[in-house]
Amino acid sequence: MLRTDKLVFEYIRRDEEGNVEGITRAVDNVNLDVKPGEFIAILGHNGSGKSTLAKHFNALLYPTEGEVFVDGMNTEDDSHLWDIRQEAGMVFQNPDNQIIGQVVEEDVGFGPENMGVPTQEIWERVEESLKTVGMLQFRKSSPNHLSGGQKQRVSIAGVIAMHPKCIIFDEPTAMLDPNGRKEVIRAARALNQVENITIILITHYMEEVIYADRVFVMDKGHVEMTGTPREIFSQVDRLKELRLGVPQVTLLAHELKKAGLPLPDGVLTREEFVEELKKIKR
Amino acid sequence: MSIILDHVNYIYDEDTAMAHAALIDVCLNIPDGQFVGLIGHTGSGKSTLIQHMNGLEKPTSGCVFYDGKDINDSDYDKKSLRAKVGLVFQYPEHQLFETDCFKDVCFGPKNLGLPQKEVELRAYEALKQVGFDDEYFYQSPFDLSGGQKRRVAIAGVLAMKPEVLILDEPTAGLDPKGREDILNLISKLHEEMGITIILVSHSMDDVANYVQRIIVMNKGRVAFDDEPKEVFKHYKELEEIGLAAPQVTYVMQELHEAGFPVDTDVTTLEDAKNEILKAFGKC
Repeated sequence: MLRTDKLVFEYIRRDEEGNVEGITRAVDNVNLDVKPGEFIAILGHNGSGKSTLAKHFNALLYPTEGEVFVDGMNTEDDSHLWDIRQEAGMVFQNPDNQIIGQVVEEDVGFGPENMGVPTQEIWERVEESLKTVGMLQFRKSSPNHLSGGQKQRVSIAGVIAMHPKCIIFDEPTAMLDPNGRKEVIRAARALNQVENITIILITHYMEEVIYADRVFVMDKGHVEMTGTPREIFSQVDRLKELRLGVPQVTLLAHELKKAGLPLPDGVLTREEFVEELKKIKR
Repeated sequence: MSIILDHVNYIYDEDTAMAHAALIDVCLNIPDGQFVGLIGHTGSGKSTLIQHMNGLEKPTSGCVFYDGKDINDSDYDKKSLRAKVGLVFQYPEHQLFETDCFKDVCFGPKNLGLPQKEVELRAYEALKQVGFDDEYFYQSPFDLSGGQKRRVAIAGVLAMKPEVLILDEPTAGLDPKGREDILNLISKLHEEMGITIILVSHSMDDVANYVQRIIVMNKGRVAFDDEPKEVFKHYKELEEIGLAAPQVTYVMQELHEAGFPVDTDVTTLEDAKNEILKAFGKC
């Protein structure tokens, strides 16, 4: 679905007069291959290159070196630009920056309208996407009167209405309260499991990635670790070095193990944790 | 320098069809030197509340007292109040504007009308307090990482020498290490300088680890106001109003239900660890 081949992206830094000061390599030789229907999470500290990488997936940025393919199309091939943007949708951090309509349903219809979808079908798509994210009862509301989590779900509906094969979430929950976070993550998981849409989730919240099929950890522009959530979160100390953490339950299990309880590495959920402790007790 | 809110009500767009009560009969007393966590879901009135504390909003009815004086009296000096009660907004780095970090931090004290020397001294101190390296002083704030920018922005408020520091979600958008660094910094300011801290946060884990008291807002009212342990005992009610308890509280709850002899009102990782070890006779 998504493939990068020796992807490199460099920013040119300039001083006030516009002279070149230096070059920053934001993405450094990244090779990824994401299969259709996968749920991928990308972790990494601030400035590790996650967002820059993500912007290559729908041709918002072009590689300095190497190539990016979306569903077999090279992102540098201009003739595919609109196909790529339609197939790989993006949801950003701040819901207020992505909503343009005065009414929820108009906002959701904006994408398909720009693609030249016939009017009747636009309304069908709007209804279906709002239903998917559980926002249908708000279709006539003004986005200004929604909570952060609801606005973010409207943004997601706007992307779904374009019938993408892949959605890239760039820290979609950073500005939300716990409930809003849950709503958005639930919507992302449902899209993956029910609609079989490929999901790329970039986040700083370790709890949100435990359901991913694979996790990529980025550092200094390259992929530092790859694996299932369990494999990744087994390496508590390594993650700390990369300025990251693990879910609180995982950390608690890790600490208890260090204190002498025979617990396995990479305990991800509360249920698992309680089960493991029960085993020890017996 | 306590802050007292006495039956404060605030209504947005009063006398219009859009009238909406954001604060309803809020009574609070925040004594000197406390570290307070303020939680509530989006739209619960947290931000409106903190804006009353340094006079950015005026109550529709009720009074706000700072250090015993009503801050909305016509002859009250609000400018000096705003120096004493520093407010760090959400994403404060968006407010950085100067050509270098040092100048940016100077902006606040300069506006207080202090002599240049004092201004620079304060800016230097503030940048040191937030653990900012000398070598970056004259760099553009826009070339820094998110966590560093935020430090500069916090220094800008500290340079006003506030007695109370209110931070609106200071860790939003930072990576886990960045979050920990900022929280440790705030906690250090509280311990070493005795500044009263009011921390607005969506992260229950953070709040439980650092604060002495939690105020929970819901629909404009104070829903709970107590020590973290006591507040998180009401985790079911918290969930109903869109919040949650720290993960470890749930873990202990489930362990208790599974028959382990553990205390359920644990809110921090350290306590949870000790409780479990105790239950297994390892402590």
